[in-house]
Amino acid sequence: VASDTEVLDYDVHEAEEEHVHLPYLHHHFDDIHQQRESTSLCMWLFLATEVMMFGGLFFAYTLYRWLYGAAYHAGSKELNILLGTINTVVLLVSSFTMAMGVYSASMRRPRALVGWLVATWILGAAFIGIKGVEWTKDYHEGLIPAVRWNFYETHPQEAQELAEAGEQPDHVKMYFVLYFCMTGLHALHMIVGLLLVGVFIRLGAKGQFTNGNDQPVEIMGLYWHFVDIVWVFLFPLLYLIGGFTMSRMHF
Amino acid sequence: MSDRTIEESEHEAQSQHIIPPIVYLKVFGVLMALMILTCAIAALDLGFLNTLIALTIAVTKATFIVLYFMHIKFSSKLVKTFSVAALFWLSILFALTLQDYFTRHGMQLPQF
Repeated sequence: VASDTEVLDYDVHEAEEEHVHLPYLHHHFDDIHQQRESTSLCMWLFLATEVMMFGGLFFAYTLYRWLYGAAYHAGSKELNILLGTINTVVLLVSSFTMAMGVYSASMRRPRALVGWLVATWILGAAFIGIKGVEWTKDYHEGLIPAVRWNFYETHPQEAQELAEAGEQPDHVKMYFVLYFCMTGLHALHMIVGLLLVGVFIRLGAKGQFTNGNDQPVEIMGLYWHFVDIVWVFLFPLLYLIGGFTMSRMHF
Repeated sequence: MSDRTIEESEHEAQSQHIIPPIVYLKVFGVLMALMILTCAIAALDLGFLNTLIALTIAVTKATFIVLYFMHIKFSSKLVKTFSVAALFWLSILFALTLQDYFTRHGMQLPQF
C-alpha cells in the first residue's frame, strides 16, 4: 500500500509540472501534443464545413453548366483572361509566402515571420484590388444581373448565336449570377483573411508566435491556403471555359 | 521545476515536422508550371476534354497545396481522415442531387 501511494504522488507531481512549463499550453489539455492535435483537427473540421458551403455553389454551377453550356461559354468570353491569370499567380505566390511565414514562426524568427506575413497581406490586397477593377469593368459593360444588365443590346451577335443553339439569351444571366456569387463569396473570404493576417502581423511583431507558440500561424495559414484552393477551381471553371485567347485580354 | 524539464518540454513543442523552404519552393514551382499548362491547354479547342483536363490539373494543384503547404502529408491519420471527409460529403451532395435532377427534370444524361 505504501509503495502504491508513492507511485501515485510521483505521477501527480509529474503531471503538475507539465501544466506549468508552457505558457501557451491551455489547462484543459494534458500536453502540447494533445493541444496541437485537437487544434489541427478543429481547423480541418471547420474547413470541411467551408467545403460544403462552397460546394453548394459549385453544384449549382455544375447543374446549370450542364443545361446552359453554350451560354456559359459566351459569358466566360466576357471575362478578362489576363486579369484572371494575374490574380491566379498573385494567389499562388501568396500561398508560398504564407507557407514561408509558418516556417519562420516554427524557426522562431520574428522579423522573417512579420516580413512574410506583410508580403502575404500585400498580395492578398492586390488580389482584391484586381477583382475590384474587374467588377468595375463588368458594371460599365452592363454585365451585372439585376444591377446593370445590357448584354443582349451590346452583344446582338452572341444573342443570335445562342438562339440558334437552342438556348435563351437569359441563360448568360445565370452564368453571371453564379460568377458574382462564387467570386463574391471568395472575395469575402479573402477580406476575412486580410483581417486575420493584419492581426497576426501586429501580434507577430510583438514576438507572440516565435516563442515556441507557432501553431496559431499554421492554423491561420490553413485558412489562407483553403481560400487559394477555392480560386484554383474558380479560375478554370469561370475564366478558362471561354478559351485562352488574345482577344480576351483587352482593357 | 528544473531547467532540464523546461528544455525537454520546449523540445517537445518543437517536435512537429518542420518542412524546409526548398520543399515549399519546389511545390510553388510545380503550381506555377501547372498554371501555365492549364492556360496553354485552354488555348486549344478540345471539346469536353478541355474541362476534364482543366479539372484534373486543378485537383493536382489542390493536392500539392493540401499535402505540403497545409502539412497534411506529415499530419496524424485522424487529421488526414478529416481532410478527406470533406470530399466524401461533397461527393454525396453532388451524386444524390444530380441523380435527382437527371431522373426528375427531363435532363439528358451525359453524351460524349
